[in-house]
Amino acid sequence: MNRAKPIRRKLDIKNGRVELSHGSGGRAMAQLINDIFHAAFDNDWLRSNNDQASLDALPGRLVMTTDGYVVSPLFFPGGDIGSLSVHGTINDIAMGGATPKYLSASFIIEEGFPFADLERIAQSMGEASRAAGVPIVTGDTKVVERGKADGVFISTAGVGVLPEEISLSSDKARPGDAVLVSGSMGDHGVAIMSRRENLQFDVEILSDSAPLHGLVADMIAAAGGSLRVMRDPTRGGLAAALNEIALQSDVGFAIEEALIPVKPQVAAACEFLGLDPLYVANEGKLVAICEAQAAETLLAAMRAHPLGKNASMIGHVVEDENNFVEMKTGFGGGRIVDWLSGEQLPRIC
Amino acid sequence: MKYVDEYRDPALAKGLAAAIAAEAEAGRTYRFMEFCGGHTHAISRYGVEDMLPANVRMIHGPGCPVCVLPVGRIDDAIRLAARPDVTLCTYADLMRVPASNGASLLKARAAGADIRMVYSTLDALRIARSEPRREVVFFAIGFETTTPPTALAVRQAKAEGCANFSVFCNHVLTPVAMRAILAGEEEGVPPLDGIVGPAHVSTVIGSRPYEFVATEYHKPVVISGFEPLDVMQSILMLVHQLNQNRCEIENQYARAVVPQGNARALEAIAEVFELRDSFEWRGLGAVAKSALRLRDAFAAFDAERRFEIETKAAADNPACECGAILRGAKRPMDCKLFGTLCTPETPMGSCMVSSEGSCAAHYAYGRFRDRARTQKEGVLQ
Repeated sequence: MNRAKPIRRKLDIKNGRVELSHGSGGRAMAQLINDIFHAAFDNDWLRSNNDQASLDALPGRLVMTTDGYVVSPLFFPGGDIGSLSVHGTINDIAMGGATPKYLSASFIIEEGFPFADLERIAQSMGEASRAAGVPIVTGDTKVVERGKADGVFISTAGVGVLPEEISLSSDKARPGDAVLVSGSMGDHGVAIMSRRENLQFDVEILSDSAPLHGLVADMIAAAGGSLRVMRDPTRGGLAAALNEIALQSDVGFAIEEALIPVKPQVAAACEFLGLDPLYVANEGKLVAICEAQAAETLLAAMRAHPLGKNASMIGHVVEDENNFVEMKTGFGGGRIVDWLSGEQLPRIC
Repeated sequence: MKYVDEYRDPALAKGLAAAIAAEAEAGRTYRFMEFCGGHTHAISRYGVEDMLPANVRMIHGPGCPVCVLPVGRIDDAIRLAARPDVTLCTYADLMRVPASNGASLLKARAAGADIRMVYSTLDALRIARSEPRREVVFFAIGFETTTPPTALAVRQAKAEGCANFSVFCNHVLTPVAMRAILAGEEEGVPPLDGIVGPAHVSTVIGSRPYEFVATEYHKPVVISGFEPLDVMQSILMLVHQLNQNRCEIENQYARAVVPQGNARALEAIAEVFELRDSFEWRGLGAVAKSALRLRDAFAAFDAERRFEIETKAAADNPACECGAILRGAKRPMDCKLFGTLCTPETPMGSCMVSSEGSCAAHYAYGRFRDRARTQKEGVLQ
């Protein structure tokens, strides 16, 4: 009887593509997971090859979140769906004031997706998670028929810990509080749209995709209990974030357009595309609301961190039964910054 | 931003606001219609209204192509798109316009119709070339601004012999609509004192076609750019004219508009299109010689002939005041549906659909002013 093990061929990452068999639970799937995901994420939990990760008990309150990533295109200036799926989930945890500890990742891959792109995405995720100090400890892989997905969809879940003394929530904004943003608005959305519309700008606009838990830790150290709300202005941008907070806290906002940082190249691209940067997504910025007397201290702490160096105080919370976000325009007039209705659509003339 | 920031300079805006306030005579009210939705959008977005004295009032006009398209034509487009052989290409604004029975192109697409948003007529033509088995119909709407690109696409399709491309033509004419507004000034509604004239339209047709406004209706027109400083300067020019008892067609947008318009664009329009006898406008009703159709020479590219479209009139919601709002007879907040049943998420009328529609602009940018409305009305009356 021949007891020699079968020869294991390596995945042809350069030329190969994902087939249905890579999601079927057989050898092909094990090889895909091993050669691409485990290689990229590499840690003890994954090496144990179980369907779950066994984690030591964490101190404080647990925070958990999950998010799906369906971005198109998958690779964009300044990032890709992989790093985005790590940063986004870390940020969702960080916005509660918690320290992110572990991530899980679930992949839905379209039949025919190139191994090379999958490897590139997985390596980007691995790098992002190592840089952030938040390991991907468990995962899942599914393959769907061609046409049933758009390349690859990624869901990540995250677990973090929240110290007892921190209590941030979107219903805690109070009239008189200060409103701060950590940097320029609209970078991520414009980077995506510039690639999606195949537009060439003279200056490449990079996504701001970044993990914010380090910045948040510095902010909490500086302002502690004076911090009331933190929110990352992702889809719907700053406008959506402020409107959500206004509604949940039953307050209004008075903000000033001239104080809201927007990079000139982002403003120019928005002008060209007929978009308003206040509604465009960010993936590495946050909005913070704090007691007025702590605003300057908080602003200084934000500006001392690389991801908050362009932080700005943009206005304050007001009483308003209509929950309007009112803005003094850069031009000198006034307007509401309302919820976005549907998608931002280009105008016809 | 070069060539943009210059037109949004707050210091210049302050100076213009002071000049308008100084020029506007106390005890006199100035009612100006900004014809174009683009101006409405700029006025709302930059808060121009806040910088005008209480006796200078802006009336939003019908110059939004989406807003003036009647329900029946959207119904036609939805029926066309429902055909299994048809791909309907449309500008994005049209997707959410309410049609009969709560339908819209967006809902039709969700139900399986092949409807694609395009940025230009040439995108639609490109789809026709790449998918020769599909009947690709371009849903053409707009004033004179968007008419030349449609003409060029039709001309190009004919030159190439592109047999699966056609245009559902809904292009309408600005001067005719302006005349309909002025001729129909309603009893009880104070007449307009002047018009902030269209900018992009005028880059095509020039300033001459508005001369009848001065000669027949004795009102000034200032053709204005779309930047907020353009609009404020145009308002100042209108106030000047009125104070000097002049009524002329002046051109604030001299950086792009010449009296005779763009000869090549006008030639393309004339080659491809001819006047319709009558066309229904939402808010204005049937207006004679107010819209275009394809000439017989281009009949093969006319979707109305190719698919034998016969538009049936369809009524708006009876409580919807879009018609009166488009004519300047009412304001968005005068409509019972505004902000309650009719919102940008659930538009009942067309003025709430397009970002250039006066209701949508007021809802998105200006609702906070309604709080102070009573106080301001007191000043006006």
